[in-house]
Amino acid sequence: MQTTILKAASNFLLPVLLLFSIFILLRGHYLPGGGFIGGLIASSAFVLDAFANGLVYTKSMLRFHPGFLMPLGLTFSFLAAISPFFVGKPLMHALWMKGHIPVIGKLGTPLIFDIGVYLVVIGAALTIIFTISESR
Amino acid sequence: MLIVVLIGFLLSALLLFTGNFFKEKKLSTLLTILPLGILIYLLSFGQKIAQGEVIYLHYEWIPAFDVSLNFRLDGLSFLFGLLISGIGTLVFFYTSSYLKGHHFLDRFYSYLSMFMAAMLGLVLSDNLITMFIFWELTSITSFFLIGFNNESQSSRKSALVALGITGLGGFFLLAGAVLIGESAGTYSISQILSDPEAVRSGSYFSLICIFMTLAAFTKSAQFPFHFWLPGAMQAPTPVSTYLHSATMVKAGVYLLFRFSPVFEGSHLWHELLLIFGAVTMIYSAYHIIFRIDLKSILAYSTIAALGILVFLIGIGTKMAITAAAVFIVVHALYKASLFLIAGIIDHETGTRDITRLSGLRHKMMPIFITGVIAAAISGGIPPTLGFIGKELIYESTYHFTESVVFLTFLAIFTKILLFYAGFVVGMKPFTGKLPAALSEVHKPDIKMSLPPAIMVILGLVLGIFPGFIEDFISAPITQTFGFTDVEHLKIWHGFSEILVFSMVTILIGTIMYLTLKPNYKLKGFISKLEVISPLQLMNDLNQGFEKISGWWTNLFQNGYLRHYVATCVLFMVISIGYVVVFNFNLDLADQAFHQLTFHEVAIIVIMLGAVIFTVVTRSRLAAVVAMGIVGFSFSLIFLFYGAPDLAMTQFSVDTLTVILFVLVLYKLPKYLKLTKNVLRLEHGILSLTFGTLVSMIILMVLQQPVQKEVSEYYGDNAYLLAKGKNVVNVILVDFRGIDTLIEVSVLTVASLGVFGLIKLRIRSRDKK
Repeated sequence: MQTTILKAASNFLLPVLLLFSIFILLRGHYLPGGGFIGGLIASSAFVLDAFANGLVYTKSMLRFHPGFLMPLGLTFSFLAAISPFFVGKPLMHALWMKGHIPVIGKLGTPLIFDIGVYLVVIGAALTIIFTISESR
Repeated sequence: MLIVVLIGFLLSALLLFTGNFFKEKKLSTLLTILPLGILIYLLSFGQKIAQGEVIYLHYEWIPAFDVSLNFRLDGLSFLFGLLISGIGTLVFFYTSSYLKGHHFLDRFYSYLSMFMAAMLGLVLSDNLITMFIFWELTSITSFFLIGFNNESQSSRKSALVALGITGLGGFFLLAGAVLIGESAGTYSISQILSDPEAVRSGSYFSLICIFMTLAAFTKSAQFPFHFWLPGAMQAPTPVSTYLHSATMVKAGVYLLFRFSPVFEGSHLWHELLLIFGAVTMIYSAYHIIFRIDLKSILAYSTIAALGILVFLIGIGTKMAITAAAVFIVVHALYKASLFLIAGIIDHETGTRDITRLSGLRHKMMPIFITGVIAAAISGGIPPTLGFIGKELIYESTYHFTESVVFLTFLAIFTKILLFYAGFVVGMKPFTGKLPAALSEVHKPDIKMSLPPAIMVILGLVLGIFPGFIEDFISAPITQTFGFTDVEHLKIWHGFSEILVFSMVTILIGTIMYLTLKPNYKLKGFISKLEVISPLQLMNDLNQGFEKISGWWTNLFQNGYLRHYVATCVLFMVISIGYVVVFNFNLDLADQAFHQLTFHEVAIIVIMLGAVIFTVVTRSRLAAVVAMGIVGFSFSLIFLFYGAPDLAMTQFSVDTLTVILFVLVLYKLPKYLKLTKNVLRLEHGILSLTFGTLVSMIILMVLQQPVQKEVSEYYGDNAYLLAKGKNVVNVILVDFRGIDTLIEVSVLTVASLGVFGLIKLRIRSRDKK
């Protein structure tokens, strides 16, 4: 399935899609989007790249196994969930930074939590798809 | 005191990392320091305990459920604690030589120290729930200890049987504990014991009584639960020594002792203990005659001894309780040393078959002397502590109010056979001529011959000077039962009927030892009867269960995915259909079909077309693509009805699903039609019915007035409480964040599962 057109397009599409997935992730709190959808879009980007350039290329570009994103994401989410303990609030209590950061908006534990979800979804989806496509 | 309980667990965890060090440097003897330290620590409280003091330690654990790590050291726990740590010290010491160079020596010590810690926790804890946890821990750790030789099938099986029986007892204990907690309003053992009336007057009293005795019976191997104990002889000898002389099986006795004050005077309690204790001691005492394996003989004599203890607690007079307390110590001393001696014989000669052992005194004189003294303690020959114990037992049956003759007869009968058992194990292998097969036997290591020697010397010295332990025997009796001026322990009671009974016991026992030789004929006789033994019954029951569950499983799990799906759907159709058919009344006029817009109709037509195409097409790829169309149409519907988040997710998920399907299908062989047309028709009807039912349910739901409280709450508070405008996302990451956290964990596990399954398969195939 390696065609020149798809190859050429995917070289541009991969960064754009990844950027788009991060955009979806960040705007989730106010507008449609969020970590889950963002993660799915990002994994589609990689899958598209794998279709165009071959799995070996995509994996070498990633440098590490996508499975490692899962524990990383779980750590993010878990830390976000327990961080309120440090200020004496119950589990999952949302903590927000005062003030705005341009582009990102407000920064708080829900966002970190969502980033964790984003990473887990990418890791899980890519692990499953890569594993199945590698099997003979 | 907390550290005493926890240090065993700590050590066993540490051994995971340092085990090799101890193994390679041959330093395992050093581990004896742990039980020895605990023993010394406990002994340091000796003075206080003797004066009747009780030492408490409070540590809150789960206060909301009234579960605490409260410990209490009183006379009773002190007595048991001494046995656990004392015998533990000797067993630790002995093991370092017995299992020298064993591949899993570190593991063994790890289990052993964990077991010891659990036992100590059990006798020290002052909270019913905590006690239950330690009780279960002893069952679990003993499972590992009994099944230590895990390459042998019989060893694994007996470990499983032991776990099954003692685990069953654990359930009874939990049930009893909860009911006691309900009646008394507290789980604190001290409080329950200080106000036993609360439990006694409660409505669950009989039930509690039955549950607690059942828990004790399973743990203490009372008939008909006794059979796990002989099976547990598969364990290495140090384990048998530890579990069956001083710890595991005594846990049940401890439980009965501890809660006796609550049940005292209840007919049910006394009768249960008396009957089961008596049956157990007679049943297993008589079994001793038919055994030829040293450890098997000891196993049955252990059960008989436990029967005597339960029987004595059932009698419940001051004399009987004193007798029980003394007998616990006596039994621990002689049974542990006899087990250790049997272990030495096994270790040096490689056999435990009594018919093949004789004349060993030429090779190991010190062990012979030890064995004879141990047998003397077991047989109650003066001036050993065993004699005092036996006298007290006869006193308590003889001075009881009812059926004196019968009870005394039972006690004498059992004691005669215990006398016989002691001498068969402790003396018989050493007397007679040394067979040629045993001429190469070596003297055992000092590390192995010392522990039993220490114990028998203790049994002898304490018999002559019983004053040493008198305070420790009377402390639990006065504290727990409230009896005052407990009988002084003395070796000479004057001429009385009791002395006659003792003499008769010794006389008949000696005659039995001299005339009755254990042989295979006797063993063959008993094995014929095993068809109706409880062990056989349990095995039959197990096999029956296995057969039924195998049949049941094969009925559903036939390996065809379509079969699984069809079964699940059929079940739902039946269960939902039943409700829907009886409650369905649809007012079609209400349904606003005329409000349908053009694009909605168009989407439905596309979906229908795609579904029909999926069913009829002969190409897998086309079917997958058609299914994808259905999915994308769904996301459009979501979009129309104002759920952009859902639409986006559905869209991405569907994209990835189609890709996954393509990846999988790419590797499959060409499309083959394997199912029969009839089956396809059946499945088609089933799916149509299911679809219709779901539609009916949705229509019914729509007729109900909509409850908007929940969605309004989220809508109103998303921005105010969670500072977000996208309600869906706020629910996901904030309101119901824990759900999401668990979901992503599940996602991780699922994908690891896929990874593991496929990668492992590839690897195992590559190997071939």
